[in-house]
Amino acid sequence: MTWYKPADVGFATRSKMADIGYAARLFFRLLVSFVPTFRRFGLVRDQMHFLGNYSLAIIAVSGLFVGFVFGLQGYYTLIRYGSSEALGLLVTLTLVRELGPVVTALLFAGRAGTSLTAEIGLMKAGEQISVMEMMAVDPIQRVLAPRFWGGVVVMPLLAAVFSATGVIGGWVVGVLMIGVDAGSFWSQIQGGVDVWQDVGNGILKSIVFGLTVTFIAVYQGFEAQATPEGVASATTRTVVVASLAVLGLDFILTAMMFTI
Amino acid sequence: MQRSKNDVWVGLFVLIGAVAILFLALQSANLLSLSFQSTYRISAKFENVGGLKPKAAVRSGGVVVGRVESLVFDDKSFQARVTLALESRYAFPKDSSLKILTNGLLGEQYIGIEAGAADTNLVAGDVIGATQSAVVLENLISQFLYSKAADGSGTGAEKK
Repeated sequence: MTWYKPADVGFATRSKMADIGYAARLFFRLLVSFVPTFRRFGLVRDQMHFLGNYSLAIIAVSGLFVGFVFGLQGYYTLIRYGSSEALGLLVTLTLVRELGPVVTALLFAGRAGTSLTAEIGLMKAGEQISVMEMMAVDPIQRVLAPRFWGGVVVMPLLAAVFSATGVIGGWVVGVLMIGVDAGSFWSQIQGGVDVWQDVGNGILKSIVFGLTVTFIAVYQGFEAQATPEGVASATTRTVVVASLAVLGLDFILTAMMFTI
Repeated sequence: MQRSKNDVWVGLFVLIGAVAILFLALQSANLLSLSFQSTYRISAKFENVGGLKPKAAVRSGGVVVGRVESLVFDDKSFQARVTLALESRYAFPKDSSLKILTNGLLGEQYIGIEAGAADTNLVAGDVIGATQSAVVLENLISQFLYSKAADGSGTGAEKK
């Protein structure tokens, strides 16, 4: 399409808006399928296994390394102001409020989101979706909904694992290696982290990110062109769009939750 | 799922909803200041503006009546020139005075405006002469120590 021809620009705008409208209708259909999907819990359980268990390795190890880095950087920054005992509080608040949900969502988009998009795209390319429609099986109910709800359930759990391993990583570096006082490390966390304000809001964020990332992955797979190149470009589009959406939503959610 | 001819309108609706949520989020976090009040500008000169920042509040009797627009250093008089935008619905007399006050003990600073007793009111472009600068902590401490020293030598001399 040429950018200087008004007809082309108008057509591009209208087709983009039609895509957004179609995506919104699909999202609504997936949300409404909550009860029928959980009645066939076996499908959801299988998807939770593929999305959750297989992501556990990367999430836990990334959390550990992020905790290590935080322990180190946090200590060297705090020691300039003489408050190195607040290291536990710094690491925990940053992880629980921001980094846990966001980094988990980005890693999830990269690992599980791409596998979802590729799987659904290949089913479309192999005409399995049209065959299901011909047999009067709703492909959205059978294929998309279990994957969508599996991803939504799994995301807060993965974010919690990330935050927990991050705090342990911060402890290993701060207390064991550098020598920050162990008692004040944990007691500052107890005093400064509020269950509903900090942990609760972090979990809410990870649920919203789970809805976003899983929906984008499933939508891109469903709308992929039924060719190998189509599937490949849909997979990259999942990662790009999901990452941008997560970072943008993070700003909006933080503005609503954490500022006065 | 079939493509429907209403998709474009649903897309437009979703975009409008997203913009509305963004607007609400930014407004609630006070990161957006779209005020629809008309204002008039006043300027004043201060020796020291302390920690005053643009968009700081101008309060009278505790109520916000305007905002600080800009702080500029005037190198002719070697004082800071502050431009205030006061809301048009509030009129102050020509001899009103300005003070720089602090919200709480270590809070952010704001300008307090106290009404004078003149008959005519301020109009846009006026300059307020009666200003009191911000309190600088070091000057306060040295003032305290000096007065302590003066008391000490005074009573010492009396005892002798």
